[in-house]
Amino acid sequence: MRYLLAALLVALFVLAWQGIASLDSVDDLTLASPVETLEALRDDRDLLADNAWVTLVEVLLGLAIAVAGGVLLAIAMHLVRPLRDAAYPLLVASQAIPIVVLAPIFVLAFDYGIGPKLAIVALICFFPITVNLLDGLRSAPPELLKLMRSMGASRLRTLRSVELPASLPFLFSGLKVAATVSVIGAVFGEWAGAEEGLGRLVLLGNNQLQTPRVYAGIVILTLMAVWLFCVVALAERVAIPWNRKEETA
Amino acid sequence: MQTEAEAPAEEPLSLTGVTRRFGAVTALDAVELDVRAGEILAIVGPSGCGKSTLLELVAGLQEPDAGAVRVAGSTAAAERRALCAYMPQRDLLLPWRDALGNAALALECQGVPRRAARCRAAPLFERFGLAEFERARPAALSGGMRQRVAFLRTLLPGRPVLLLDEPFGALDAITRLDMQEWLADALAADPRTVLLVTHDVEEAVFLADRVTLLSPRPGRVVDEFAVPLPRPRTVTDRELLELKARALEALRP
Repeated sequence: MRYLLAALLVALFVLAWQGIASLDSVDDLTLASPVETLEALRDDRDLLADNAWVTLVEVLLGLAIAVAGGVLLAIAMHLVRPLRDAAYPLLVASQAIPIVVLAPIFVLAFDYGIGPKLAIVALICFFPITVNLLDGLRSAPPELLKLMRSMGASRLRTLRSVELPASLPFLFSGLKVAATVSVIGAVFGEWAGAEEGLGRLVLLGNNQLQTPRVYAGIVILTLMAVWLFCVVALAERVAIPWNRKEETA
Repeated sequence: MQTEAEAPAEEPLSLTGVTRRFGAVTALDAVELDVRAGEILAIVGPSGCGKSTLLELVAGLQEPDAGAVRVAGSTAAAERRALCAYMPQRDLLLPWRDALGNAALALECQGVPRRAARCRAAPLFERFGLAEFERARPAALSGGMRQRVAFLRTLLPGRPVLLLDEPFGALDAITRLDMQEWLADALAADPRTVLLVTHDVEEAVFLADRVTLLSPRPGRVVDEFAVPLPRPRTVTDRELLELKARALEALRP
């Protein structure tokens, strides 16, 4: 039922899109209709697939770096109080820097290759992961921490048996946000300077007035983000079965 | 067999002049308490008389502002923590572990490897009426069963002193009665020195060898009496009811 309603809304959206695109007053160069977009998806499929693959690799590698770095940073900040106090403002500041400005600098620093894309994806993705995980690590009830202390648990034992499992729902919330914004990060990275990738293709298509191709690229980028979100949501169901059981109870 | 006279003079558990303050509030005021080896002492008092604070002091989770807490002669908090098994009010079972894993947790905290800890917990499930629920998650257990898993977790490390903080406070009246009988049996089979904190006078006289009454804040010992009734007891026993009346009178002057 839930999925049916979602599908219905998407169908409505596509219909409205088609309707608006067919209006005389709408310039073909501004808005490609769903049908034109589908045609572009079919005609340019090799070009789109090659470039989508490049972007997907950037997104996945960047995300992997963000998860590894973000999780390690959160655990370190949780265990070492002074580090938490010292690093938190920097953490927030790292997100205040406009990526659009940062991207060209990264390209200067890392050259045209995959480096700057990974750096940008990782930079915007680690933040929701670290901040959510930090909150999650502190979510274990104080009585439980007291009980662990009375049972003679070491700091690492408490982290492993109590704090980390308790933080998993928070970690997955962070991962969902990270998964969705990761694609945006890759596009920004490609706009600052790239030889391939969907972001670059869309930018190029825009300059060359290939509007249907631009829309086809946007559709693929969107689907990529949605797919990543679903993968994370699925992993969540597998990783924290106790959470789901309590919901249905 | 050792005679009384030859036994070490050390009480397993004693509080002398223990005072605990939180800011301007005095939670416990010069509390004196002695628990003999193998004795079940119940501490009864109204809410807010510092009962839980008292248990945390004994457990080595807090330090007194004045006076001394001794467990087996030692005042060091780390030593107290190592000798006492503390069972808090809420069962605090980990939702991500099955019943067996939860029961084994205290052993794992002492460095017993996971599998070995589970193996040591498993044979007790039958005796605790938990057979076939080894793999069940806490969410699938009833309140009474959860409490039994928590109690198993408390017993397994084999510490000489048990500190029970209103162990049945969250249960309904009928389940509570069952659990009190069950606890009496469990302690008869595996005797320990027990400090039981409760606001339920009936529970205290039913389970304990001796009852100490605490006044409302600041907590102070106002009365103490022995419960010289044979076991197994029944809650409807006349002498038990008389003791209950006496305790209630002392608590509500």
